[in-house]
Amino acid sequence: MVGTVVTFLTTNWLGQAILILLECLAVTVPLLVAVAYMTYVDRKVWASIQLRRGPNVVGPFGLLQPFADGLKLLLKETIVPSSANTILFLIAPMITFITALIAWAVVPFDDGWVIADINVGILYLFAISSLGVYGIIIAGWASNSKYAFLGALRSAAQMVSYEVSIGFVLITVLLCVGSLNLSKIVLAQSGWFWNWFWLPLLPMFVIYFVSALAETNRTPFDLPMSEAELVQGFQTEYSSMPFALFFLGEYANMILLSGLGSILFLGGWMSPIPYAPFTWIPGVIWFALKIALLLFVFSWTKGTLPRYRYDQLMRLGWKVFLPVSLGWVVLTAAVLQFGGWVPQH
Amino acid sequence: MASLDRTARQFLLTEVVVGFLVTLRYMFKPKATINYPYERSPLSPRFRGEHALRRYPNGEERCIACKLCEAICPAQAITIEAEPREDGSRRTTRYDIDMTKCIYCGFCQEACPVDAIVEGPNTEFSTETREELLYDKARLLANGDRWEGELAANLQADAAWR
Amino acid sequence: MLLQAIAFYVFAAVCVASGAMVVVSRNPVYSVLFLILAFFNAAALFVLIGAEFIAMILVIVYVGAVAVLFLFVVMMLDINMTRLKEGFLDYLPIGALIGAALLAEILFGLGVLGGTHQGTVSAFTKAGTQMMTVDNTRAIGRVLYTQYFYVFQVAGVVLLVAMIGAIVLTLRRRPGVRRQRISDQLYRPKEESIALVKVPTRGGV
Repeated sequence: MVGTVVTFLTTNWLGQAILILLECLAVTVPLLVAVAYMTYVDRKVWASIQLRRGPNVVGPFGLLQPFADGLKLLLKETIVPSSANTILFLIAPMITFITALIAWAVVPFDDGWVIADINVGILYLFAISSLGVYGIIIAGWASNSKYAFLGALRSAAQMVSYEVSIGFVLITVLLCVGSLNLSKIVLAQSGWFWNWFWLPLLPMFVIYFVSALAETNRTPFDLPMSEAELVQGFQTEYSSMPFALFFLGEYANMILLSGLGSILFLGGWMSPIPYAPFTWIPGVIWFALKIALLLFVFSWTKGTLPRYRYDQLMRLGWKVFLPVSLGWVVLTAAVLQFGGWVPQH
Repeated sequence: MASLDRTARQFLLTEVVVGFLVTLRYMFKPKATINYPYERSPLSPRFRGEHALRRYPNGEERCIACKLCEAICPAQAITIEAEPREDGSRRTTRYDIDMTKCIYCGFCQEACPVDAIVEGPNTEFSTETREELLYDKARLLANGDRWEGELAANLQADAAWR
Repeated sequence: MLLQAIAFYVFAAVCVASGAMVVVSRNPVYSVLFLILAFFNAAALFVLIGAEFIAMILVIVYVGAVAVLFLFVVMMLDINMTRLKEGFLDYLPIGALIGAALLAEILFGLGVLGGTHQGTVSAFTKAGTQMMTVDNTRAIGRVLYTQYFYVFQVAGVVLLVAMIGAIVLTLRRRPGVRRQRISDQLYRPKEESIALVKVPTRGGV
């Protein structure tokens, strides 16, 4: 029985299509659950930083709260402002959500656990993450509202600016690995946890993390939706399911950038200690733990830092991060070249 | 040297790291909030919550329709109509409080010579419609019957300062 | 192979159609959005011929950065499109001429309209065999940093000059503008900013 199913899935063209579909589901469903629980963890972390309790009523320890929230959003009425551009207004949240999901196609969860192990995986991720800005900017324009538009402009400018430094961070890692394939990047970091790139490339890790905060519009860079000035930024006019899609897309993006961060700097699925009891734990669990660690820092940051002013944000991006990361690229290249550590393939 | 120190601090993000450590420490402190519906903070005997009309222990209603509360009410939330009862005593036929107008100043209970109208410790009387907040005499008396224990204890506790 | 052919025709058709929509759509924002769609389909076509590096760079650079700025500018401008479209038909002959010239160049290059096409075809086959042995990112890198090194550097210099030009054109030196110096603010010593005064009772400061 199992044998026939396996042969059907691997040989028949219909079976292969079904197999791909199943693979996508196997990534997407846990991802969406993770997104749901990310909102829960966020709220719990902020609550404990502020000496509060956080959600604790729905389900044990409030564990069903994300589903209650999701249900509430589903059941609400979708309101499209009469002066909005209806088609673009409804397409925008889909773009945000879909781009946040399709990026996961190239993420290796374990050795060989990838939907599409393409050669330019990291470029694909970078390209997809740069597309997220369209959802936001289209939402801002289609809403036909001042707040939404200003929020969208801020967000777009911010994301484009910080993508530059993320690009340099990626280049540094690529120089050390010599491949654009995400699995190879992880394999290049094998060994003890101080062999992972976070230590040798520590400044780039910090720059990557801060840029990831800016890229996902999180505090201290959440200017696109700074309540005091812009109500809710580009989400102002959204309600119900379109709003939920934005929300999910944003959190999925956060998880994606944490995943990318753990692939680039924290050794992906590798265990921190390459010896027996630790290597028995499946790689996917290590990967999830590393993502969870980075996500915790995301929430922790939101609980700690106040919001930047917009000109300070731009100054940090263009006048600090860009020169520093560019300099570090040159430095890394020089060290690799003259130290004789250029990766050979 | 000072400039080196400054630059090092700037690049090592010392200030930010210190801030992070502060919030990390706070994460493990005991919570300042309570688990509200299951835990409650203590209320003063003088707490001014939902209104109630009290009765004497023999079941006779205290209110003698003097209308002092109606007169003093700054929000003009109280409406009283009165006429003599069959046994000749003066009683209200109508005692309404518009809880949407009430500002919970407590003047009515200060003014009351017989401790009939009081503000009890109850705060959880939200309703789904506005009409339910227009209390009539029956509702107020029912409140009094329901909260009599607490009301009497609060008046007793506060008696020394009255 | 059939699937690839279908994919090619779908992407190519959408690409051409959205290219046409860029020109004819009434709303400039729609034009830019169709331009983005055209970029996307072009990237998909690159993927189909196995040039995934070029495809990704196309998406990153054009869709992710350049088109965002286009969209930015177009959204902020309050353009009256009906006025802008008035001269549309006047320019049509010139546009058509340029288009025809470009098309002819491509066809000549491929040898469809005669001419010496040996060089092009042999270059294609050479590139094809090279692509079989190394992945195309590496292939591009090898060519770019050896054979076309100077051209590549010149391209970089041209971009640099363009950037400097843009900065020079937009830089305004205004005297008397007070700027925030964040590091000065952060490292202002205590002695400069706080004066501790012993205030006598009922004396005031």
